[in-house]
Amino acid sequence: MRNRLSFVWRISVGLWVISGAVHAKTIEVGQRQANKSIQAAVALANPGDTLIVHGGIYQEGNINITKGIVLIGKDGPVIDGQHKYEPISIRASDVTVQGFTIKNSGQSSMVDMAGIKIYNSSRVTIQDNILDNNFFGIYSQGSKNCLIKNNRLRAYGKAEQYIGNGIHAWKSDSLTIVGNEIIGHRDGIYLEFVTHTQVEDNLSSNNLRYGLHFMFSHNNAYYSNTFRANGAGVAVMYTKHVRMERNIFEENWGDAAYGLLLKDITDSHIQHNIFVKNTTAIFMEGSNRVQILENRFENNGWAIKIMTSCMDNTLTKNNFVQNTFDIATNGGRIANTFDGNYWDKYEGYDLDKNGIGDVPHHPVSLFSMLVERYPTVMLLFRSFMVTLFDRSEKMFPSLTPEKLKDDKPLMKSVIL
Amino acid sequence: MNNKIVKYVITDLLRNRTIVGYTVLLLALSLGIFMMEDNADKSIASLLHVVLFVVPLVSIIFSTIYLYNSAEFIALLVSQPLKRQSIWFSIFLGLGAVMLLSFFIGVGVPTLLYASSPSGLMLIAGGLLLSLIFVSIALWTAVRIRDKSKGIGLAIILWLYFALIFDALLLFLLFQFADYPIENIMIGISMLNPIDITRILILLEIDLSAMMGYTGAIFREFFGTGGGMSLTLIVMLLWIAIPVGLSVRYFKRKDL
Repeated sequence: MRNRLSFVWRISVGLWVISGAVHAKTIEVGQRQANKSIQAAVALANPGDTLIVHGGIYQEGNINITKGIVLIGKDGPVIDGQHKYEPISIRASDVTVQGFTIKNSGQSSMVDMAGIKIYNSSRVTIQDNILDNNFFGIYSQGSKNCLIKNNRLRAYGKAEQYIGNGIHAWKSDSLTIVGNEIIGHRDGIYLEFVTHTQVEDNLSSNNLRYGLHFMFSHNNAYYSNTFRANGAGVAVMYTKHVRMERNIFEENWGDAAYGLLLKDITDSHIQHNIFVKNTTAIFMEGSNRVQILENRFENNGWAIKIMTSCMDNTLTKNNFVQNTFDIATNGGRIANTFDGNYWDKYEGYDLDKNGIGDVPHHPVSLFSMLVERYPTVMLLFRSFMVTLFDRSEKMFPSLTPEKLKDDKPLMKSVIL
Repeated sequence: MNNKIVKYVITDLLRNRTIVGYTVLLLALSLGIFMMEDNADKSIASLLHVVLFVVPLVSIIFSTIYLYNSAEFIALLVSQPLKRQSIWFSIFLGLGAVMLLSFFIGVGVPTLLYASSPSGLMLIAGGLLLSLIFVSIALWTAVRIRDKSKGIGLAIILWLYFALIFDALLLFLLFQFADYPIENIMIGISMLNPIDITRILILLEIDLSAMMGYTGAIFREFFGTGGGMSLTLIVMLLWIAIPVGLSVRYFKRKDL
C-alpha cells in the first residue's frame, strides 16, 4: 500500500515537473495583443518562455533581458533606439533574438553601445535580424558558445571615430559567426581575446577600416568569407593557430590597404583563398611558420610583400597570375620556402616534360626592389629602360635576393 | 591645303613597300601576341612595348626619309602657283593619314577584335597620337637640315632621346630628389615626353591595382579626372601642332 502510494505520488510529481516544463508560456506582444510593450512582456516572462513580437515599431528605450527567454519577431517588428539607447541588452544565458529589425542605437564614446549587446552570457542566439544604423552592431562581451547567424548589418559611417564595429567580440570563447552581411561599419568583424571561434560565410564590404580585424585571438577559423572594398582590407595581428580557408579578398585599394595584413601571426594556415585586385594581396611582417597553400593571386598590384622579419613560412602550390609584382621584399635575407608555385611570369622551360620548370624562378624583380625604396619610380614602370634593367638583372642577379627563388616552378597553373 | 597633293601623297605611300611591310609586321605581331596569350591585359602589356618603341621609330625615320626623297617633287610643287603653307600641310596630312591607317590596320583592328576593353582603346588612341606626333617631329627635322644623312641621324637621335634617354634622365632625377615630394613635378616633367604620357595612361589601365598605392594614387588623381585627362589630350595635340607649326614657318622662308 505504501509502495503504491509512493508510486502515485512520484508519478504525480513527475507529471507536474514535466507539465511545468512543457507549459513554458508563449506571450504575444503587439498592438492588438494584451501586451503592448516588449519590456512589460519580458518582466512577465519566466525563464524558458517564448515572446512572439508582432509587427510594429517599438520605441522602448533599452530592453534589458535578464532571463533565458526566446524573443521571436513576427512580420518584422522594428525596435528603435531613437539614437539614444541601446535597443537590446542581453544579460542572461540561453536567450534567443530572432527576426527583428533593430535600428538607431545611441552613440557614445564612453560606453560601446550596440544594436544587440551580450553581457557575460552563454548560449545566446542572434539570428535573422536586420541591424540598421547602429553604433556597434552585435557586441559580445565575455560570452561563450553564442551563435550569430544570418544577420544583415548596415551602417552609414562617415568617419572612423563616429562609428563602431559590425560584429564586435571581446574576451569571448567558442562563438559561431555565420552568414552575416556587414556593410558600412568601422571594422566588419572585430575579435579581440576571442578563442575557438568559427567565422564562416560572412560578407564584409565597404567598411571604413578593416573587413576583418583580430588581435590576440588564438585558435580561430575563418572559412568562405568575402572581404570586399574595405578601407584597409583585412588586418590580423598577434595571433597563433589561425586557419583561413576559401575566403575571397578583393578590391582593397590604397597605399595602406591590404588584402590580408599578417602581423605577428604564427603557426597558421592560409589555404584555398582567392585574392583579386588588391593593391597588396598579402603583407607579412613578423610572421613565422605560416603555411600559404593553394591560393590564387590575380590582378593584384603586389601579390605578396614579405618582410625580412618573417621566418619559416612556406608558400606552395599557389597561382600567381597577372599581378604587377609577384613578390616584394625589403632585404636580402630570406628564410622562407617558395616551392612548386605557378608563376605566369616564369620564362623557363621544361625539357623532361614533368610539369616542373628546369630552371629556378626568381620572383623578385629589380624594379620591385626599386619601387620599395623609391615609390615614385612607379612612374617609369614598363618603360623600355626599366625592362632593360630587369632583363640584365635576371641574367646576372646582383641586387635582388638570390636565394629568394622557386626551385620547382610549375609549368601549368594549379587547378583549385 | 590642297586635296590633290594630299591624294597624290596618299596613293604614292600606299604603294610604298615599307608602309606595306610595316603594316604587315604590326599585324603579325599583334595577332601573334593575342593568339598566344589568353589573358587580354597581358597581351596589351606586351603590345605596349611595340606601340612605345616601334611606332615612334618607324613614324619618324620613314617620314624623314620620305621627305628627303621627295625633295625634287617638293621643289617642283613650289615652282607652281601654290601657297607654300598649303603644300607643306598637304604633305603632313598625307603622311599622317597613311601612318594612322597602317597603325589602325596593324594594331587597332586586332585589338578591337580581341581586347576592346578600356585598356585596349587607350592603347589604340595612344598609338594613333604617337604616330602623328612623330610624323610631325620628322617634318620639323627634315625641313631644318638640308643634308639627308644628317637629317636621318638627327631623327634617330630624337627617337633615342624620347624612347630611352629621357627615361634615364628621369630615373636619375628621381634618385637624386627621392627625399622630396616630387610627384607633381614628375607629372609635369613626364608631359615633356609623349611616349611617357602614353605609357602612364595605359599603365593606369592595366596596372590599376598597383597604381592605387600612394604614388600611383597621385598619378591617378591627375590622369583619372576629367580636367587632367583633357589637359593630357591638349598636351598631346600640342606635341602634334608645335613641330608642324614650326616646320611650316621655316618652310615658308626656306631657300630651296
